[in-house]
Amino acid sequence: MIKVLQAGTMSSFQDLGRFGYRHLGVPVSGAMDQQAMTLANALVGNNEAETVIEFALMPPKLRFEVDTTIAIAGTSFQPKINDNLVKSNKLLSIAAGDILSFKAASSGVYTYLSVSGGFKLDKVLGSCSYYPNIADDLQLKNETTIQLKQPHSHFLNARIRPQSNIDNAFLEVYKGPEFNLLSDKQQSLLLDTEFSISKTFNRMGIQLEEQIENELASILTSGVLPGTVQLTPSGKLIVLMRDAQTTGGYPRILQLTEGSINSISQKKFKDSIRFSLIPNPEFKNI
Amino acid sequence: MGKFNLTFSPYGDRGILIEWPAEISDTILHDRLFFENCIQSYYIKQKIEIISAYNSLLVIYKSTINNLYSVKKQLLALYDEQSSDFIQTKIRWTIPVCYEEEFGTDLADLSANLKLSKQAVIHKHSKPIYAVHFIGFLPGFLYLGGLNEELHLARKSTPSLSVRKGSVAIGGSQTGIYPINSPGGWHIIGNSPVNWFNVTNENPCFASSGDEIKFQPITKSAYNEILERISLNEYQLEKEIIND
Repeated sequence: MIKVLQAGTMSSFQDLGRFGYRHLGVPVSGAMDQQAMTLANALVGNNEAETVIEFALMPPKLRFEVDTTIAIAGTSFQPKINDNLVKSNKLLSIAAGDILSFKAASSGVYTYLSVSGGFKLDKVLGSCSYYPNIADDLQLKNETTIQLKQPHSHFLNARIRPQSNIDNAFLEVYKGPEFNLLSDKQQSLLLDTEFSISKTFNRMGIQLEEQIENELASILTSGVLPGTVQLTPSGKLIVLMRDAQTTGGYPRILQLTEGSINSISQKKFKDSIRFSLIPNPEFKNI
Repeated sequence: MGKFNLTFSPYGDRGILIEWPAEISDTILHDRLFFENCIQSYYIKQKIEIISAYNSLLVIYKSTINNLYSVKKQLLALYDEQSSDFIQTKIRWTIPVCYEEEFGTDLADLSANLKLSKQAVIHKHSKPIYAVHFIGFLPGFLYLGGLNEELHLARKSTPSLSVRKGSVAIGGSQTGIYPINSPGGWHIIGNSPVNWFNVTNENPCFASSGDEIKFQPITKSAYNEILERISLNEYQLEKEIIND
């Protein structure tokens, strides 16, 4: 069992997402940086899809009531067991009574905590990912307790080298369905500009600071995906993230690869990014 | 052969976007539902997800599509095999709506803007039978086709930060019901006590694409009575099964 001493902000349970309900308007959700999340799971010997705790900005403070092993991955938040600083991206032993807290991070946004065996939670529509109004119980709340599943007795993945998403400013993108409606000038601006993350970013989407002059009208509402880059009539660029709505009416000009979605999720206010176009899959006979 | 010349485009490396001509019509809705049905029954349910919209289907695979050519060929074959004897079974749901002032907070403004009496607005809103084109935006938010043109009114220039669950609203050429509390820019003309999304049900949203909706004006006392019956789990929506 874990006692939540301080929930922190934006602390939630996340797995790889809620599949099979997008036709009812339910976003897929899931961990923002799935590379870091699966790494945290691998370190403690969990299946990569096991539910983890995700947090951002204000870290939580937790007291473990059992002996177990945990791992932390994602940002440069430095974990502390009782008063001792310990390492991220590494298997950590916890004794009953230990208090886990964190020292402020200089880079990255989302941090992941995995526990050997996983958390004992009730799935909502097949997933343990928090989403407001649908799965309100899947967030950390002050003074609550979290039940744990049986920890693993041995670990296969003791040596994993983390590949950080934090420093990569180049984001691989495909052309989106409406990319070809952009003028040549807009296309080259999109691919040559160094963009930066604006103050408006959350689990639903990230708005970029720089704008692209735009006369393109809205489209008839159609499906969108996490990683879709929309261009609004006023020229704003919005990168849709894991909790984004399932349909939208703004032209979909780019589509981030899975790796790029993980990368951009860790960008903070003022961090810069560039889009690097990779060829779209083609309908060719191979 | 399928009825339309569809466009197939790759969408990322896990998705295929299938598009009909960019318009809202019952012919496209019917053809799209038909194709969607074929695709769903061809694939094992777990392997794909489909986001449908007015004139599009976004087919999402769980991992990277290895051979886009063969996937497109397969989808086209399914479309062309469509037989003309497809019978769509749909349900016409009667949705109680209280248009009284307490709920229809923008009804007076909207009426004034449209130069119609409040009674006329209520009548024109509750008379048609609306087609459910698809569900999107929020869990259980129905995109409906068929709003009377006299009721079209541009969205508010500044969206409301909080629109109450059940609000029935008009935005541009569309009408809809907010299934949960949410920010929103549409004009609120009433409220329905019905629950649109319930995660404990096997099918969390009772309506599906292709169904029909009819609004029935009710008084505030009827509204409260329905709320009471919903809380006791004793309320059933009025529905009619229709075979086209």
